Amino acid sequence: MAGPMKMRATLAGGYTDVRVLMTHPMATEQQTKGQPHFIQNLTVKVNGKTVIEGEISQAISRNPVFSFRLKGGAKGDKIEVSWLDNKGDTNKTETAVA
Amino acid sequence: MMKRALACAAVLALTLSPAAAQQKSPYADYQKKTTEAAPLELFELVGEELWKKKQGPKSASLEQCDLGQGPGKLKGAYARLPRYFKDTGEVMDLESRLVHCMMSLQGRSREEILKRPFGNADKPSELEYLSMYVARQSNGFKIDPGTRHPKEKEAYALGEKLFSWRTGLWDFSCTSCHGEEGKRIRASELPQLDDPKQVSPLIATWPAYRVSTSSLITLQWRMNNCFQQMRTAEPIFGSETVNSLITYLTVKSKGATYSGPGIKR
Repeated sequence: MAGPMKMRATLAGGYTDVRVLMTHPMATEQQTKGQPHFIQNLTVKVNGKTVIEGEISQAISRNPVFSFRLKGGAKGDKIEVSWLDNKGDTNKTETAVA
Repeated sequence: MMKRALACAAVLALTLSPAAAQQKSPYADYQKKTTEAAPLELFELVGEELWKKKQGPKSASLEQCDLGQGPGKLKGAYARLPRYFKDTGEVMDLESRLVHCMMSLQGRSREEILKRPFGNADKPSELEYLSMYVARQSNGFKIDPGTRHPKEKEAYALGEKLFSWRTGLWDFSCTSCHGEEGKRIRASELPQLDDPKQVSPLIATWPAYRVSTSSLITLQWRMNNCFQQMRTAEPIFGSETVNSLITYLTVKSKGATYSGPGIKR
């Protein structure tokens, strides 16, 4: 089972700053002699609507931290971040903009 | 509605820029950046889970563990360790106290708990996770270890003596590396640990997340690893020797504000 995730979303000056931490080994091809294990897809939803669909690679480090800024947003908006790795494992976290 | 703007701030071990290297401490900037991006909170979450998880033959959690401020009282408890505990008659640091709680509350054996005291990047140890969780709740508290009880004075005196005690294959003591100002190993500065000014910012940030190995490290590990680098016999986890050294260094840091868990290179 995937380890914990943690997210913070704060509204300031017309922008929503989101910071999300995720537990993942992010093991590369080279480290594992051909059995890489890494997050491939990253999805960010605001109030159920997909706003970011990202693809990331083995080049991202273990236990990644992502921070990004969304234009606008309102207090109480629901932000959901989910990931899917190359072995089909998945995890998500949800938080309300504060 | 929302404009997409994605900036990745992954925890990569960044190399230092030449401009930063010219400043007095090239690590200050690096430390700040890595602290912002460190996944410490994830480990604290696991630590909290372990703290509340019913385990051992007695199927009990650690929630009633007394870290010196009363059973289950965690606020500021870490900042007041190591200290003397009446029930064991010993001066204990956080990790030895956690081991004591696991034995007394959960009925587990010392051997089982200490089978794997130090973890690695793939699997941190239970004690490391717990240390992160407990230490976080002392963030902002003044470092105030026990100094009044005769046993605490004894531990400090023993720590002081051990600090300059030459031993091992290479006849090293702590002072060989940490006894004077301005020394370093490769790019790592070696602080003079008997100087309160130099030791307190360090004690204030243990336990920590080590960026270069993606692992959690604790003071017990730090002492163990220093002994290893001095080529001595391996010290026993939570022994009087290790705890006295931790007491010595923590008492030297008394009065500083605890700001951990922190980040190490």
